[in-house]
Amino acid sequence: MIRQVARQRYLIDFTLASMMRRKVKNVVLFGVYFLIVFVLASVMLFGSAIRREAALLLANAPEVTVQKLVMGRHDMISGEHLEALSAIRGVRRAEGRLWGYLFDRGNGANYTMMVPPASDTTHAVGPGEAIVGSGIDRVKTIGRNEYLFLIAPSGRFFKFTVKERLPEGSGLVAADLVLISEADYRALFDLPDGVYTDLALSIRNEKEVATILGKAAKAVPNSRFVTRSSIARTYESIFTWREGVLLALLGAAILSFAILAFDKASGLSAEERREIGILKAVGWETSDVLTSKFWEGALISLGAFLIGLIAAYAHVFFFQAGLLEPVLKGWAVLYPDFRLTPHIDPLQVTTLAFFTIVPYTAATIIPIWRAAITDPDTVMR
Amino acid sequence: MIELQDVTKVYNEGRQNAFAAIRGVGITVGNDLTAVFKGPSGSGKTTLLTLIGCLARPTSGRVTLNGETISGLPEKFLTEIRRKTFGFVFQRFNLIRGLSARENVMLPAYPLGLDHAALTRRADELLDHLGLGSKGGLSVEHLSGGEAQRVAIARALVNDPEYVIADEPTANLDTKLTAQFLDIVRTLRAEGKTVIMTSHDPRIWQADIVDRVITLEDGLLTADERGAHAA
Amino acid sequence: MSALRRSDVAVGALAAAASLALVAMLHAFVASRTPPASQAVNAALVRDLGLTDLVLFTDARYTRHPSVADLHSAFQDHPMSLDHFPSGSLIAPPRHIFGTGPRFASDEEIPE
Repeated sequence: MIRQVARQRYLIDFTLASMMRRKVKNVVLFGVYFLIVFVLASVMLFGSAIRREAALLLANAPEVTVQKLVMGRHDMISGEHLEALSAIRGVRRAEGRLWGYLFDRGNGANYTMMVPPASDTTHAVGPGEAIVGSGIDRVKTIGRNEYLFLIAPSGRFFKFTVKERLPEGSGLVAADLVLISEADYRALFDLPDGVYTDLALSIRNEKEVATILGKAAKAVPNSRFVTRSSIARTYESIFTWREGVLLALLGAAILSFAILAFDKASGLSAEERREIGILKAVGWETSDVLTSKFWEGALISLGAFLIGLIAAYAHVFFFQAGLLEPVLKGWAVLYPDFRLTPHIDPLQVTTLAFFTIVPYTAATIIPIWRAAITDPDTVMR
Repeated sequence: MIELQDVTKVYNEGRQNAFAAIRGVGITVGNDLTAVFKGPSGSGKTTLLTLIGCLARPTSGRVTLNGETISGLPEKFLTEIRRKTFGFVFQRFNLIRGLSARENVMLPAYPLGLDHAALTRRADELLDHLGLGSKGGLSVEHLSGGEAQRVAIARALVNDPEYVIADEPTANLDTKLTAQFLDIVRTLRAEGKTVIMTSHDPRIWQADIVDRVITLEDGLLTADERGAHAA
Repeated sequence: MSALRRSDVAVGALAAAASLALVAMLHAFVASRTPPASQAVNAALVRDLGLTDLVLFTDARYTRHPSVADLHSAFQDHPMSLDHFPSGSLIAPPRHIFGTGPRFASDEEIPE
């Protein structure tokens, strides 16, 4: 056992010495490798943290949202359905919701305008008052007198007194929110009374959702129902998809990198061949040669993997994934500023480890194989 | 004691360019002797040396070491025997670039997993013995030809082999360094090691320390004479 | 003579990196056990206001509210108007679009 450890140390010594001979090549290789792992791990960690956050937070979303569809498009729904919906057994409460978007020309940002539900007493707003999300403050100067000026789509000018700001740290769910009273909302968007953006149902027992939906579909034709579980599923798939796009791009990068590595490694130079011959002639076994090559691959790939993972962890959870921001931001002017709760999915890390360490190590060993099993007398010729 | 029984060696066997380097040779070497194989280039000297040193297997015939047949052993055992029994000094020295002289000397012992301090000491002793005490830490690229050969000799000795096998050891050396090499061989011989060399350098086979001179031509033994020392 | 060997340096560095990675995992584990106060605040906001989506993109409605956006929102104003918001390429169409059978009303929630 001790012998084995000592033997491995000798082989590592040798490997490092021969790597030092091609210092620049190996340093560049390590750097590229590190970058790939870093970006991949950043995306993975970011994705899994967001997925987890979404699962935790959206567990409180409305059980059922009812939307009216006209020619496939979302349309305003009449409040008349509320009565029929509340009458369905198992529905605790049916409420009309008012929310929509307002494009602020001043700074090119989209706001989500919303009327807080009547049941929410903590965020009650009176006419002329507004509660704003943390992101609004950043893009719009609300000023000392706490006024928020908005231009309605009709061109009319609205002035709100900012009554409250939603707490710092709520950016992930509320960065772009502007809460105003129902009267103001209808005035801002020129909406008639009695219509809503959608209807939210609160349901007593989640197991009954399917039955209730059956009845509700008859009560409210031409409509679409979004359930809490489908919201959750949307978020489960959304981030795997998003990762998927980045992973696909990076996959191509990895592949070309693997080809490069393989090409480099398989094109054994005459010098390397000779070196293997010398080692075998002086008493190294095939397995010794292979083990030392294994260490070469493992030191580069394992080292790059570990350091890349650590850097990605720090990047995502301590520096708010700053380098991914441009990719994730898109056209959004109002990009939420949020801190994710650190989370590592062991399965993902294992997968990443497998796909980064194994191919490279294999790619360095396999070409050596053939050279290593040849008879050592070649060095004498 | 190494015995070759009716050994042949064919390169590229079964192909158009098949070439018989050794064509039925029977010979016994060993027993505290310094032996030299001489002959023109292409006579099969080096091939015979690889067969004696277990670097290659004969195409037919048998190789025995102290009475035991080793030519049919799997490579793992052959490597072990080679490591314990033989030390090699190659014509082009074949040191590994990038490693220090000391590391090159230690190299054959790496797979044994010996204590590092002890192995380092052993390498330094060998280098010291060969007059390279101060060069241990130097990268081998910075050594002169003579120094490189002495490092190669130290490397051959690190596992304390019974046989030292040297292929054209003086081909790249001037007269002074050749004399120096012969001095080393003299010491080895005094220490009870068997030194087997190939050479077409008369300075070698006429040297006073050579016990036996074997002549090869076209893959066959043509003469087996006693050397200057024995005479 | 106990100069530092190359293997010691390399294995030491590797071990240091491995333990750092382990620390990161431990940190993640502890951190997820003790959620920050903001998580409770966010959960309360979602409950009180009945929010349905995370604020990840604010450029298009189908990326701002992917879970409640109507099925045609990505087509914008006419069918040939292709999705042109960068975030659109990062967001999958909601999964229920890929469901089988009629896509409206009660059929949507038939358990798989």
